[in-house]
Amino acid sequence: MIRLEDISFAYPGSPKILDGLDFELHQGDRIGLLGHNGSGKTTMFHIIMGLLKPDSGKIEIFGKPAVSEKDFTLVRQRIGLLFQDADDQLFCPTVLEDVAFGPLNLGKSEEEAVEIARKTLDRLGLSGFENRITCKLSGGEKRLAALATVLAMEPSVLLLDEPSAGLDRNTKEKLVAVLSELDLSYILISHESDFLSDIATTIYAMEDGKILTDKELHLHRHIHAHPLGTHPHSHKP
Amino acid sequence: MIREAFSEENSVLCRLDPGVRIVMASAYSCAAAVLKQFSALSAALVIAVILLAISGQNIRVVAKRLIAVNSLIALFWVLLPLTYPGDALFYLWSLPISRAGVILSAQMTLKSNAILLVFIAMIAPIPFNTLGYALERLRVPRKLVYLLLMTYRYIFVIEEEYHKLIRAAKIRGFSPKTNLHTYRTVAWLVGMLFVRASKRAGRVYQAMICRGFKGRFYSLQRFEISRIDRFSALLMGIAIVALTMLEWGVRWS
Repeated sequence: MIRLEDISFAYPGSPKILDGLDFELHQGDRIGLLGHNGSGKTTMFHIIMGLLKPDSGKIEIFGKPAVSEKDFTLVRQRIGLLFQDADDQLFCPTVLEDVAFGPLNLGKSEEEAVEIARKTLDRLGLSGFENRITCKLSGGEKRLAALATVLAMEPSVLLLDEPSAGLDRNTKEKLVAVLSELDLSYILISHESDFLSDIATTIYAMEDGKILTDKELHLHRHIHAHPLGTHPHSHKP
Repeated sequence: MIREAFSEENSVLCRLDPGVRIVMASAYSCAAAVLKQFSALSAALVIAVILLAISGQNIRVVAKRLIAVNSLIALFWVLLPLTYPGDALFYLWSLPISRAGVILSAQMTLKSNAILLVFIAMIAPIPFNTLGYALERLRVPRKLVYLLLMTYRYIFVIEEEYHKLIRAAKIRGFSPKTNLHTYRTVAWLVGMLFVRASKRAGRVYQAMICRGFKGRFYSLQRFEISRIDRFSALLMGIAIVALTMLEWGVRWS
């Protein structure tokens, strides 16, 4: 569905952050991306969405080359990007208006858009939040509302930029439940290997501006310590 | 934390359509602004106080606002009587206190307090987003309305970033004094705030592009003008006509 070929990119005045990157995403893939801060993970997402133009390389999305702004306008209708900071994503006064914003832009009628928005909010356990003011939500609520705004556009691919960062356990579990139920392909950036192993089927590492596809990572469990650890107990899978 | 002191909808006034309220308050302000006769001005103030009483706002919070505005007006009370040309009302240590200056100051005081009270009673309780869309419906240019709404949305985020910066400075032992180091640090803080705000603006725009933004927001709020709206607008109209008649009537006699 997404093919990046030999992509290079540098921010002005900085060394190359992406250097000959190749990447492919197929239908049904759930890819986790690990990498150091500044290894170019977010940059790659922005290149896929056409928010940044690569210095060189080819982008092919849904089988068509994506070059011009017009190509990317279509791309953005089918790929949803969840930003690192939910405050960037929620800009309308109320939650309902924010979630309905995407569908309305896609040309849906007001009734349809509200219908879609309500359904999406229901699915994320946010019913009753319709008329809440976006800037007064808590951190976890903001993240889920931001996810709702992306899902309301009914994308076929999701790009999730550290969706679990700064969330408490309950919200994280809710997020895992929602994501594993989705019938979507997605790429997921996270620093938390537990979270990644819960919802990604393949995990790649990013290093030196490339994705190390040849060295697929395998997660393994570590011994850990916590209070009452001597008592027999089990952890959720 | 930035607070919205008046944003609680719980009185009869709050049941009125926000657009109608804006029109009523604006019409009243225009009328009050041109009044000159003290009989008319006092009547205008009485109307304002009645509206405030109906709105049931917390008197203490209102008083705080009034003090803020009136301290500015106090400045005029010092300047105008001393500088305005005209007959002297009396002499203060041989300085002439101008009669016209005193009258002008008194008019200004009455007008501004009356207008302020009406806005606190009628406009301040409207939630910000509703206010934005009501303005849009009143044909205020869309760009201005969106500017207002976006400002409201992000002022809290920017405030949060401001506090983060202040905290960062504090935990490293910064305490403001009257010296160059303080001025420089504050300048850096403000500069950093601008940088962050502009970066955030960039990211928000990207997020909007990703969701197919085409230069327009859509309001999902419905406004309907009911009988009680029409009735209150009529009452306000009558009050304004009465004020103007009071103004002219006294002059003609």
